[in-house]
Amino acid sequence: MMRRAIRFAVASGDGKWARMSTQKISDIRNFSIVAHIDHGKSTLADRLIQMTGTLTEREMKEQVLDSMDIERERGITIKAQTVRLIYNAKDGKQYKLNLIDTPGHVDFAYEVSRSLAACEGSLLVVDASQGVEAQTLANVYQAIDNDHEIVPVLNKVDLPAAEPERVKEQIEDVIGLDASEAVMISAKTGLGVENVLEAIVNRLPAPEGDPSAPLKALLVDSWYDAYLGVMVLVRIIDGSMKKGQKVKMMGTGAAYEIDRVGVMTPKFLSVDGLGPGEIGVITASIKEVADTRVGDTITDDRKPCAQALPGFKPAQPVVFCGLFPVDANDFEDLRAAMGKLRLNDASFSFEMETSAALGFGFRCGFLGLLHLEIVQERLEREFDLDLIATAPSVVYRMHLTDGTLKELHNPADMPDPVKIDIIEEPWIRATIMTPDEYLGAILTLCQERRGVQVDLNYVGSRAMVTYDLPLNEVVFDFYDRLKSISKGYASFDYQITDYREGDLVRMSILVNAEPVDALSTLVHRSQAERRGRAMCEKLKDLIPRHMFKIPIQAAIGARVIARETIAALRKDVTAKCYGGDATRKRKLLEKQKEGKKRMRQFGKVEIPQEAFIKALKMDS
Amino acid sequence: MAQADGGFGIYVHWPFCEAKCPYCDFNSHVRHAGVDQARFAAAFERELAYFAARTRGRRVDSIFLGGGTPSLMLPATVGRVLDAIAGHWEISPTVEVSMEANPSSVEAERFRGYRAAGVNRLSLGVQSLRDADLKRLGRLHDAAQAREAIGIARATFERISFDLIYARPDQSAAAWRTELEEAIGLAADHLSLYQLTIEQGTPYFELHRTGKLVVPDPDTAADLYDLTQEICTAHGMPAYEVSNHAVPGAECRHNLVYWRYGDYVGVGPGAHGRLTGGNGKFATATERHPETWLAAVEARGEGLVEDMSLTQEEQGDEFLLMGLRLVEGVDLARFEAISDRRIDPRRVADLIEHGMVERLDGTRMRVTPAGCLVLDAVVADLAS
Repeated sequence: MMRRAIRFAVASGDGKWARMSTQKISDIRNFSIVAHIDHGKSTLADRLIQMTGTLTEREMKEQVLDSMDIERERGITIKAQTVRLIYNAKDGKQYKLNLIDTPGHVDFAYEVSRSLAACEGSLLVVDASQGVEAQTLANVYQAIDNDHEIVPVLNKVDLPAAEPERVKEQIEDVIGLDASEAVMISAKTGLGVENVLEAIVNRLPAPEGDPSAPLKALLVDSWYDAYLGVMVLVRIIDGSMKKGQKVKMMGTGAAYEIDRVGVMTPKFLSVDGLGPGEIGVITASIKEVADTRVGDTITDDRKPCAQALPGFKPAQPVVFCGLFPVDANDFEDLRAAMGKLRLNDASFSFEMETSAALGFGFRCGFLGLLHLEIVQERLEREFDLDLIATAPSVVYRMHLTDGTLKELHNPADMPDPVKIDIIEEPWIRATIMTPDEYLGAILTLCQERRGVQVDLNYVGSRAMVTYDLPLNEVVFDFYDRLKSISKGYASFDYQITDYREGDLVRMSILVNAEPVDALSTLVHRSQAERRGRAMCEKLKDLIPRHMFKIPIQAAIGARVIARETIAALRKDVTAKCYGGDATRKRKLLEKQKEGKKRMRQFGKVEIPQEAFIKALKMDS
Repeated sequence: MAQADGGFGIYVHWPFCEAKCPYCDFNSHVRHAGVDQARFAAAFERELAYFAARTRGRRVDSIFLGGGTPSLMLPATVGRVLDAIAGHWEISPTVEVSMEANPSSVEAERFRGYRAAGVNRLSLGVQSLRDADLKRLGRLHDAAQAREAIGIARATFERISFDLIYARPDQSAAAWRTELEEAIGLAADHLSLYQLTIEQGTPYFELHRTGKLVVPDPDTAADLYDLTQEICTAHGMPAYEVSNHAVPGAECRHNLVYWRYGDYVGVGPGAHGRLTGGNGKFATATERHPETWLAAVEARGEGLVEDMSLTQEEQGDEFLLMGLRLVEGVDLARFEAISDRRIDPRRVADLIEHGMVERLDGTRMRVTPAGCLVLDAVVADLAS
């Protein structure tokens, strides 16, 4: 739904597209671009699209493949996008280049992995002044795992701070790739981009496949389009696909007749059919995105292939939080909005939840913190909802004394501690790259967060440190702290590794002796006091003075571990009214009343919703 | 009729001052070239005629000439305004005719003329009895002139009052006690004691925002308020409203019209009114800019920029806002009649428990002295 409204392209007069399906498999190149955020991936994609004449000047805009407003504003890619480029190479031949643009952020690593699985090669884009960053590594290792041929591309070589030789060395030292033939470009100015196209043609392998074998295609991605319904991105391995063909999803067993076959240019453009090695899009009156399973194998219903592709592990939500409407009347709208959003984002899950503090809402699962933030922002922006998000929580495994295992997504559901044998929590392996001068502070941060150092080495003046960390400590405010102590220079990437036993306790927050469920969290015993103190101090500033004193406490069970007190309101009275101008005072009162409507009552204390929003923000 | 309970008053706004005081956000304007008073008097007469037609049959309990600086009006101008009122409405035999005045010697010379025109109560903007503070407040008079003006006013009018501003920058409790006791010695039977408030759009606001003007923190201000109550009560002038003190029986009737949510006409630039008519209560407001108001009145007989029927909820809010300022409190039965709603009994119970409000005989309720200090919060609680 967030993809640009897909229009049917008006057939261009030069017949360029019509020749496509007669081309040979050896003239196809499928590739991805892997890069750290801000290293110029989307700009390079723009330039490739422009230089191959895929879009006219009039159709071009920046980050053309990032169709969501959020993507453009933040300069990030969330959904993988695909585009077919027609390139007339220097060898006189015409090539079909299929680019799958991929997200750079760790939350969307699963999108990267499936995009990579559909390609034979990758461009590794590295900023020539910043060098290799944490996400560069994570993504390039995935490309290597997928047996990709990799062409290093150094971007922004025209900038004064560029050090291409040093960065080449870095690529060889850290990643182990031969960078001697790295392509030097400036995606911004277009310098050297022609050489990228030549490298794609000459250095990346063509796909292989048997046109006469039974259809075998990889379901790479699917999304919902308001006009065309569910659209399915496929990579043909063997055989071919055409309109009217009856196909079967081998994983789900569902069979569909293909309505449309096309390619993204990046508009949807109908083609007669797709052959082996090609990447394209089909529609087949599939109702919901959830009916398609990414990584599934699509085959011919009548003449199926013998063996399915290995597929992907489904993306599992790793971070959970509650989302509540600020205005209780918006609950049904929120439910509808979530349903619509899920049409296009099957990796996000939700179920109803009630909270004494926040009323009716939903417990939602996300792939990570950025995913959480983006879903929240999209709900607020595209559906005009005001939301409160509760503190993010990871998935804990509770081994109960009766031998059963319970997964905990919400601290409020924590069983009675006497019934718990052990609690396990997810751990990650984090890679952090940082200029040397911030290393000390970063190591301290990791230690504070119960981190276990795995590795530390230097690449020039940059340190690369690997830590095992509990995810619980990372979702709290780790990333913000990391950015702030390194002035934004450190980069960070992680993957979930395993579950480990932890001494975890539920910390509740009491305001005027009333527990506030939305603020309770699971914390490690060693962190409880620090986190409790921070939360109490924050709330002290966020809850307005009342006519009486208000104690704020953090507690584990009955034991109070931190306490603050909000003094009673001493003076709040208008000294003088202007003549008979009751209007001005009434307007102020109406504002106060409006404010009170946005407050939640806990016993006798009114807590403004802004206080929850700010208290739950992770930038403490 | 419930809405007539508060009485009926007429407010006349004179929008000119010799100079703007840096703390004041009232509708006041400085005209160095002078003001054509005859022309303004004629406009007041026309606007009064307009409002008289809307309030036929009412009897005037109070007239108030406010500003600005009404003591810049010539006695003849005041006379034309009061004569016009007397020509349109029935006047109560006990009518209170108040006027605000500055204590400068020039203005004091006109006091007899005002008395002759019909003014029977004078309210002097003394603000302080300390020269340094008067200067800081931007006032044009000094303490000696203030004392002299109070003397002349007491000799001229049956009733007088004066205003003081306290909780001023650097004001200690001891200094305020001395100044206030001195003021009570000079006072007749009424005093208005306002805490300095930083209002948006004033020079003080900017100074305060940039840290160049420091006013007492809320705790200190609360202490000063408590001290004020203690001293005034001990001298037989308890508060009858948040900032107003009087010997019992000497309360300002005009202000009581506002606070008891009565009806009042507001004429002159930037004046507000509350008028019962047709199917409810109307809020009126006139154009603030003096010459624009003048042109409007001359063209069409009134200078209204707002004439809005108030909803029952709005009337209820205003009733509480105004009424709870009074020590006599409000009648909840009247609130229910005006607003068609009930105050949440749990809110009342909580406020009683915290010692902020108390019930009186019958259906009356009022804020306690403790509640008075946090009145805005109490009203917000009750009105929600």
